[in-house]
Amino acid sequence: MDNSQNIIARSATTTAPPQVRGHVEEVAKLIDVSKCIGCKACQVACMEWNDLRDEVGECHGTYDNPTDLTANSWTVMRFNEHETEDGDLEWLIRKDGCMHCADPGCLKACPAPGAIVQYANGIVDFDSNHCIGCGYCITGCPFDIPRISPKDQKSYKCTLCSDRVNAGMEPACVKTCPTNCIEFGTKADMLVRAEKRVGDLKARGFRDAGIYDPAGVGGTHVMYVLHHANDPNRYSGLPKDPRISPLVGAWKGATKPIMSAIIGITAFAGVIHYMTKGPKEEPEDDPGQEDAPADTLGYDATRRGSGQHEGSAGERPRGEER
Amino acid sequence: MRTPRHRLIRYSPLDRANHWSMAMIFILLALSGLAFFHPAFFFLSHTLGGPVWARILHPFLGVVLVLLFYAMAARHVSRNLLGENDVQWMRQIRDVLDNRDEKLPPIGKYNPGQKLVFWSLVVSIALLLLSGVIMWRPWFAGYFPIPLIRFASLIHSLSAFVAIVTIVIHIYAAIWVKGSIRSMTRGWVTRAWARHHHGLWAREQEEKQREHS
Repeated sequence: MDNSQNIIARSATTTAPPQVRGHVEEVAKLIDVSKCIGCKACQVACMEWNDLRDEVGECHGTYDNPTDLTANSWTVMRFNEHETEDGDLEWLIRKDGCMHCADPGCLKACPAPGAIVQYANGIVDFDSNHCIGCGYCITGCPFDIPRISPKDQKSYKCTLCSDRVNAGMEPACVKTCPTNCIEFGTKADMLVRAEKRVGDLKARGFRDAGIYDPAGVGGTHVMYVLHHANDPNRYSGLPKDPRISPLVGAWKGATKPIMSAIIGITAFAGVIHYMTKGPKEEPEDDPGQEDAPADTLGYDATRRGSGQHEGSAGERPRGEER
Repeated sequence: MRTPRHRLIRYSPLDRANHWSMAMIFILLALSGLAFFHPAFFFLSHTLGGPVWARILHPFLGVVLVLLFYAMAARHVSRNLLGENDVQWMRQIRDVLDNRDEKLPPIGKYNPGQKLVFWSLVVSIALLLLSGVIMWRPWFAGYFPIPLIRFASLIHSLSAFVAIVTIVIHIYAAIWVKGSIRSMTRGWVTRAWARHHHGLWAREQEEKQREHS
């Protein structure tokens, strides 16, 4: 893990992570879907830089290859043939991968301290060395991105080339993209570029063109320019309004401190009860009567020894009165 | 071995072996589970040999607990249905808590508090099993849709919470009511204990003893 003094959020950590370094600008990767030609150079660059080799898969009759993200394929191009209302074909190609949310569901769900960190520049990184393989990051992610390797049971996803960015370089996919469909810079700069591009697209007739920077997860550090921003689902299931599921919020939110406190209070209440009311002492055997049938004794025959609690001799139990 | 006259057998050797196996496994499960539940408890993952081992072992231990628990529950379910005087006993819960036992009606082998513990665990352990399988990586979680895994994760922590609070109460009750720990370690209680705490059960056992003698 690089950049270890610039962490603004750390999984399963309730105190401030190290963030001594000063002003850091948020970065972002901008993917202009309207410029993508589906060449998959970004996939190759990703494998090459990160030194990943996926298994050779099978062709499912589409261009998707591999057909899904895996522990070794941190980005995949998703191809969708969309037929418009006018009968035109739109070939929508989206580079899928981690969105580097400002409010990352994976980090929120992760139970292993430090296995997921968020740097001040906005990159959400997995420190797989601390990963325990529970898969809670998959449960927490609103985009279905992390994948657990069957080889080592650790979770993996796009790092936004945090190692390269830390050294002042752009991510490998950005560097290799032949159409400049993928750009990288400060988030503010990328938003300016995206807006300009959206203006272009609108001028060309894409009335619904727009930026995908979903507010439900606090914005993302991977953004899309979409020609149909009104219907992101069209791009191979990009969620329209992604947010951390309320189920995950309940699971990882208020329930944690409240339920922990109640468990502690219950145990404490036991201690206090014992100290104030005392135990139910063992009733002493009455050797003279041990062979007598219980129902002839009456229940006060079982009164506790040495008269600790007064009143037991005189009172008959309710069950006997009836 | 003959039981001395002043003793009644409350738990058979099999019951005791089962109980203490479950006790040990439950504690390991609770500690390792809490480790994943809240960062404050993460250090508890070392009770199972570190966080990764805890992740690996926790579900298998859970399955063992389920087997032991429901084997026990099936044998004891009839004793845990609502019985004579139970409602009255519950109404007098203040007398129970204040140790005014002489005012309480005689009850069967288990008092309503114990029955509540029983049913709380019957339900929470079932939910823990179902939700746990859905969350279980790498074996089963991949077969379930992610929204269901989210729901299962929430249910798992809620039912674990219920089970842990129940067991805290169960342990306290054992410390509180003197003689009950011995009944589960050695198997017997004194007649006086039985008459005092479980009058109906004592009568039943003593009648049975008389028939045999």
